[in-house]
Amino acid sequence: MSRPAHRRPEYHKINKDLFVLTYGALVAQLCKDYEKDEDVNKYLDKMGYGIGTRLVEDFLARSCVRRCHSYSEIIDIIAQVAFKMYLGITPSVTCNNSSRTEFSLILDKNPLVEFVEELPAGRSSLCYCNLLCGIIRGALEMVHLAADVTFLQDTLKGDRVTEIGITFLKKLDEKKYRRKK
Amino acid sequence: MADAALFEFLHTEMVAELWAHHSDPGPGGQKMSLSVLEGMGFRVGQALGESPPGPTASAWPKRLSLPPPPPPRLPQETLAFREELDVLKFLCKDLWVAVFQKQMDSLRTNHQGTYVLQDNSFPLLIRMAAGLQYLEEAPKFLAFTCGLLRGALSTLGIKSLVTASVASLPTCKFQVVIQKT
Repeated sequence: MSRPAHRRPEYHKINKDLFVLTYGALVAQLCKDYEKDEDVNKYLDKMGYGIGTRLVEDFLARSCVRRCHSYSEIIDIIAQVAFKMYLGITPSVTCNNSSRTEFSLILDKNPLVEFVEELPAGRSSLCYCNLLCGIIRGALEMVHLAADVTFLQDTLKGDRVTEIGITFLKKLDEKKYRRKK
Repeated sequence: MADAALFEFLHTEMVAELWAHHSDPGPGGQKMSLSVLEGMGFRVGQALGESPPGPTASAWPKRLSLPPPPPPRLPQETLAFREELDVLKFLCKDLWVAVFQKQMDSLRTNHQGTYVLQDNSFPLLIRMAAGLQYLEEAPKFLAFTCGLLRGALSTLGIKSLVTASVASLPTCKFQVVIQKT
């Protein structure tokens, strides 16, 4: 295996641009293939799910996260470790209900839309970044957590920020979990 | 760094999904999927070479500037080939390092507009088994990159046809044939 060349700062940008541009080309292709926005959204979510199920292994191998005991801990890790690692941003986290099963990730800056000024004409219901929802859902499912993940706010639709809502579907049985240790 | 991983996961998922979506019974279907992937790679390759608007630096490392042509002692065709070769060398070194974190392993040319770029451990093939297994699947994993090369060359002012071949994973060869207008 050849020694990796010294990573100049410009190469980092090209590498990040590569993912963002490829994603853009993918969305453009799907818009050609599907007339309805819902179909594109569904497809992006499905692809994201496939990626998420494999990405989680990569994530666990690169990070040294300890076992989580609550949904909030998991969300913090997604926001502060995973997002930082793969997209270079750290969304802020809010909890939306008292039973602590509904959370939001708030992205002030969304690298995926860096080269997108606005949604294409006639595509007002397109969830451009829906891949992200699928990725999170797939990754969580691989660690045996079922969750609904959707976009609650989208800067491409005129909102001020991008907000991803994550709702855990089953309450973590804490007593049972601890016994397994 | 994890940025490369995200692109690789996306690429793998795209190959799997676009293939399944576009496949027709019969060899015509296969060509359609390869050209879809190649077309996406082309758009991304073109974009990587273009400077984004605004004060941000160009995606390319600043030192991309073809050397000035030597004094006109040499015949004109040789001058043109010298510049062309420099562009190909740039692709093999700078582009490949920026995108795949390694240099191309060898570059050969017949000095008549055909170049063969060989990568002995192409990162998009490495995850698949080494050797002759999955040889049939390999072209799907190369189509996007062929387009990427063709797109980058296009931005650098060179029209080309790029094809790839695999004799044994993970070694692959990209053949670039310059199209004279």
